[in-house]
Amino acid sequence: MSREVDRELNPQRRRFLGAAAGAVAGGAGGVGAAAIGALTAASPERADAAPRTEPVSDRHRWGMFVDTAKCADGCTACVDACDQENGLNLQAKPLGDDKAKWQNQRAVWIRKVKLQDKTSGHVTNLPLMCQHCEHPPCVDVCPTGASFKRADGIVMVDRHTCIGCRYCMMACPYKARSFIHEEVDQKLTRAPRGMGCVESCNLCAHRLDNGQTSTACADACAAEGHHAIVFGDLKDPNSPVRQAMAKQPSRQIREDLELNTGVRYAGV
Amino acid sequence: MSKRIVYREWLIQPERYWGLLAMLAAVIAIGGAAALYMEHEGHWVTGMTNSVVWGLPHVFAVFLIVAASGALNVASIGTVFNQPAYKPLARLSGLLAAALLVGGLLVLVLDLGRPDRLLVAMTTYNFSSIFAWNIFLYTGFLAITIGYLWTMAERKGNHLQRPVGTFAFLWRLALTTGTGSIFGFLVGRSAYDTAVLAPMFVVMSFAYGLAAYMLVLMTSFEWDGRPIGGKILKRLKNLLGLFVGAVLYFTLIYHLTNLYGAKNTDFESFLLIEGGIYTLMFWGGWVLVGGLLPLGIIYHPRLSQDRNWIAAACALVIVGGLAAMYVIIIGSQAFPLEMFPGKTVLSFGAPGDVGGAVAPYTPSLPELLLGIGGVAVAMLIVSVGIRVLQFMPESLSDKEIDGLAEPV
Repeated sequence: MSREVDRELNPQRRRFLGAAAGAVAGGAGGVGAAAIGALTAASPERADAAPRTEPVSDRHRWGMFVDTAKCADGCTACVDACDQENGLNLQAKPLGDDKAKWQNQRAVWIRKVKLQDKTSGHVTNLPLMCQHCEHPPCVDVCPTGASFKRADGIVMVDRHTCIGCRYCMMACPYKARSFIHEEVDQKLTRAPRGMGCVESCNLCAHRLDNGQTSTACADACAAEGHHAIVFGDLKDPNSPVRQAMAKQPSRQIREDLELNTGVRYAGV
Repeated sequence: MSKRIVYREWLIQPERYWGLLAMLAAVIAIGGAAALYMEHEGHWVTGMTNSVVWGLPHVFAVFLIVAASGALNVASIGTVFNQPAYKPLARLSGLLAAALLVGGLLVLVLDLGRPDRLLVAMTTYNFSSIFAWNIFLYTGFLAITIGYLWTMAERKGNHLQRPVGTFAFLWRLALTTGTGSIFGFLVGRSAYDTAVLAPMFVVMSFAYGLAAYMLVLMTSFEWDGRPIGGKILKRLKNLLGLFVGAVLYFTLIYHLTNLYGAKNTDFESFLLIEGGIYTLMFWGGWVLVGGLLPLGIIYHPRLSQDRNWIAAACALVIVGGLAAMYVIIIGSQAFPLEMFPGKTVLSFGAPGDVGGAVAPYTPSLPELLLGIGGVAVAMLIVSVGIRVLQFMPESLSDKEIDGLAEPV
C-alpha cells in the first residue's frame, strides 16, 4: 500500500473507530443507532467524498430563508412538491373516516399559512414547516430519543424507535409534526412511513445525502418564478441562503423561545 | 401498648364476589377489545387528530396515575406523620395506590401508536425527557409500594415501616411532580408553560387519591358489614375538604398567573368565557362539581353527617377531577398555538385548516371504553387483593380508633 493511499485511509479508520466507540458508549440510546448507521455508511473502499460514503458532519447546518413578500397568495407549489417528493400524496382517507377529521389526521410536512396584521390589515403568506431548531423541544421530550437532530442540523424521527407517544407533537411550538393515523398502503423508498409513528419535514434529507443541495419546496417555488424559499448551508457565508439573509432583516417564528431555528422569515 | 389491629380478608358471599369479578372482567375485556381495535385500525378511528394528539385515554390515564400517588397518602399520614388513627387504613392505601397506577399505565401504554414497542421504551432512554424519567418514577413507585406493604404486613419488616414509608412519600411527591411537569415543561403552549402545574398536580393527587380511597373503603366495608365509626370518617372527610379547597386555590393561582401575563389573555378568555365545552367543563366540572359542591357537602352541618352524602362528595370530586383533566389535557390542545402575535391567522394550510380556529375533538367510544377498562383493572386488583390477603382491618369503629390513639 502506498503512503498516499495510507494517508487517505487513516482518517477513514479513525472515523470507523470513533463510530465504533460511539456505538458502544451510546448503545442504550438513539445515539447508538445513529453511530451504527454511520458505521455502515463509512465503507473503507470508498474513502473519497462521494455521496453517502461519509457520516453526516457538522460542517454544514442546513436551513432556509423565506421572503414572505415573494410568497404568492393562492400558490401551493411548495406544498404540492413536498407531497410528491415525500409520498404524502399517496395517503388515502380510510374508508368510513369523517372527511373533515381526515383533513386534520393526514400527514402534512409543509403548510401554506395566511396571516393578517390586526392593526394594519396587511396580509402575509408564508410556508410553515419544521423549523429545524438548534434546541428542538421535540428532541428534548422524546422518551426514546427517536426524535433526534443530525449533526447537520436536520431534525427528524427515527422510525425504528418511535413508540408513537406523540409527546413531540405536544412540545412542538409550530404544529410541524404529523402522526400516521392509518394503515399505509403505498409509500416511497426515500420516505418510509408507518402507522403509529410521528414524522415531519426532514429538509429532503434523502436529496442532501445523495449530494443534491436543494429541497423539493425550494425548487418548486423557484420553478414558479417566486424564489420565496432559499435553501442552503447556514454555516457557509457564500451560500445562497446566507447571501439572501444578508440582504434584509429576518426573524424566527416564536423568537421568544430562543430555539435558534434553521428556518428564518423576512416580513413577518 | 396500644391496641393491636386485626386484619381480615374480604369475606363477602362468594356469589357476590365472583359476580363482581365477572362484571369487572367483562368491562376489562371490552376495554381490551377497544384497544385492539384502535391498534389494528390506527388512531383514525378515534377523535384524535394532529391537533388534539392526546385524547380521552390520556384523561383517564393521567387521572388514574395522579390519583394513585394520592391514594398512598393515607398510609403516609399513618407512618410518616405518626397519626395512629390512620394506621389501620395503611394497607388498603398501598394496595389501591398500586392498583390505580397499573390501571393508568395500561391505558397510557395501550394508547401508544406502537404499543408493541414497549420494550424499546423500556430499553432506550433519552434522559432529557420527563417521560423517560417517569418510566422510572412509575415502576419505582410500584416496587416501593410493594416493599412498603411488606413492611406493614410482615412482622420482621415492621421496624422498616417508617423509613420505607418516608421514602415512598418522597417518591410519590416526585412522581406527581413528574406527571405535572409532562405538561408544565411544554414551553410552546400557552396553557402549559408554567411551573405552577407541578404543585397543582400534587394537590390534585391529594384530593383525587383520597376521594378514590374513601369510596373504596366505604364500599368494601359496607359490603362486608364491617363498621366504620363516625370519628375516622369525620377525619377523612375533613381532610378531603382541605385538599379540595387547596385544588381550588391552585386553580385560582394558575389562572391569575395566566391573566396577569398579557400574552395569555386570549387563552384565558377562551377557557373561562368562550370555549364552549371546555368552558363548561371548567366551571361546571372542575370548579362546581369537583370543588364547590363537595365542599358544600363536606362542611354542611347536616349533610356532612350522612355517609351517603360523604360518598357522594367523593364521587363528585372524582367526576370533577376527570373534568379538570379534560380541560387541562384536551382544552389546551384544542386552543390554537399562538405563533404570530398581533396577527390573525386567515388560513393554516389546505389540509387540516384548523390553525386559526379551535381544533375540533369528539371523543370516540373506543377511547372511552379503553379508559373505563383501566379503571376496571384497578378495581379488579383491589377486589382480588383484599379478598385473598389481609388488607382491611376488621373494624374501624370509634372504640377501635380510640384504642389506637391511646399512648404507648
